[in-house]
Amino acid sequence: MKPLSKGNPVLVLVLGICSALAVTAQVKPALVMGISVVVVTAFANVIVSLLRNSIPNRIRIIVQLVVVAALVIIVEQVLKAFAYEMWKQLSVFIGLIITNCILMGRLEAFALGNKPFESFIDGIANGLGYAIVLFIVAFFRELLGSGTLFGYQVIPQALYDAGYSNNGLMILPPMALIVVACIIWVHRAINKDLQEK
Amino acid sequence: MEQLINLFIKSIFVDNMVFAYFLGMCSYLAVSKTVKTSMGLGVAVTFVLLITVPVNYLLHTYILKEGALSWVSPELAGVDLSFLSLILFIAIIASMVQIVEMVVEKFAPALYAQLGIFLPLIAVNCAILGGSLFMQQRNFTSLGQASVYGLGSGIGWLLAILGMAAIREHLKYSQVPAPLKGLGITFIIAGLMGMAFMGFMGIKL
Repeated sequence: MKPLSKGNPVLVLVLGICSALAVTAQVKPALVMGISVVVVTAFANVIVSLLRNSIPNRIRIIVQLVVVAALVIIVEQVLKAFAYEMWKQLSVFIGLIITNCILMGRLEAFALGNKPFESFIDGIANGLGYAIVLFIVAFFRELLGSGTLFGYQVIPQALYDAGYSNNGLMILPPMALIVVACIIWVHRAINKDLQEK
Repeated sequence: MEQLINLFIKSIFVDNMVFAYFLGMCSYLAVSKTVKTSMGLGVAVTFVLLITVPVNYLLHTYILKEGALSWVSPELAGVDLSFLSLILFIAIIASMVQIVEMVVEKFAPALYAQLGIFLPLIAVNCAILGGSLFMQQRNFTSLGQASVYGLGSGIGWLLAILGMAAIREHLKYSQVPAPLKGLGITFIIAGLMGMAFMGFMGIKL
C-alpha cells in the first residue's frame, strides 16, 4: 500500500513525470494511460523477476528494455485494434512508457531481487500510484479547462449564463506542472516527514 | 536550406522537448541542481539525439516503413514492419549510448569524468526515444531534416535545463513554504518557464 501515498512514484520519488503530464488534459486518455502503465509494470516486474537469476549483470539494462518494449508493443497493438481514436490521441506517449522511469526504477530496485508474486503486487501498486496522480491531475484540468469530465458536460449551463467561462490556460502544457506542484504541496503539507530541508 | 533552418529554430523554441511535450522531465528535475552538471547532461543529450535520430531515420526509411524493403526485392514491397519500431529504436538508442560512452571514455577522458553517471542514464531518457518517435510521426523526407531535428531538440533541452539550473541556484536564498520546498517549487518554476516558452508558439516558420 505504500506506493499509493507515502512512496508514491510520481509525488515522492519523482519518477515517470514525462508521461504523467502530457496526457492529462482530459480524464479519459489519462485513465487509459494509467491502466496501460499498471499492466506493463505488473507484467514486466513478473517477467524480470522470473528471469532474475539468469540475466547477466552487465547487460541487464538492455534485457529489461527489451522485456518492457515487447510488453509496450502488445499494449500499443491492443489499443490500436480496440480503441483507435484513443491510440491516435495518445500517439507517441504509449511508446514512451518504455522509458518511463517508474518501470526501470521498479525493475532495478524490486523485481531483480524478489519473487515473481511479490513483484507482481509491487508492479500493480506502483502502477496504481501513478494512475491515481494522473487521474487527479486530469480531473482538475478537464473540469476547470473544458468544464467536462469524460467528455460529458458537468458544469451547468446556468453557470456559463451567469458569466463563468472555462479557463483555457488549464488545457495548455504549463498548467499541468503547476497542478502537480499543488498536489505535491497538499500531499507534503499532510505528510510532514516528506518535506525537504 | 531555408526549410532546414526553420525546422532547426522550430525544434529549439516552438516544439521544445521539455515545455511542449514534457519529455526528459525525470532527469530534467533530478539533475538541474547546479549549472555545471546540467551543462554536462545537456551536452550529452544533444550529442546522443544528434546521432540516434538520423540512425533511426535510416532504419525507419529503409527497413521498417511500409514498402521500405522493396530495395531488397520487389516481393517484399508490401511488408510493413512498423510495429517493431519501438523495440528497434530502443535497442539502437541503448547501443548508441554504449558506443558513445566508450568513444568518449577513450578520446576525451576529461569530458567522460565530468559526464560520469549521466551517460548511461541517457538510454532511458524519454527525450531521446521521443525524438525518434516524433521523427517517425512527422514523416521527415531527408536525412538532413532528421539530423537537424535531432540537433535542434537537443539544444532546446539543453537551454531548458540550463535555465532551470540557473534559477534553482538562486532559489537557495528565497523563502519557500516548507511543503513546497525542493520538488514542488521546481514544478512551479518549470510551469512558469513553460508559459514563457509558449510565447514562441505564435511564430510562423
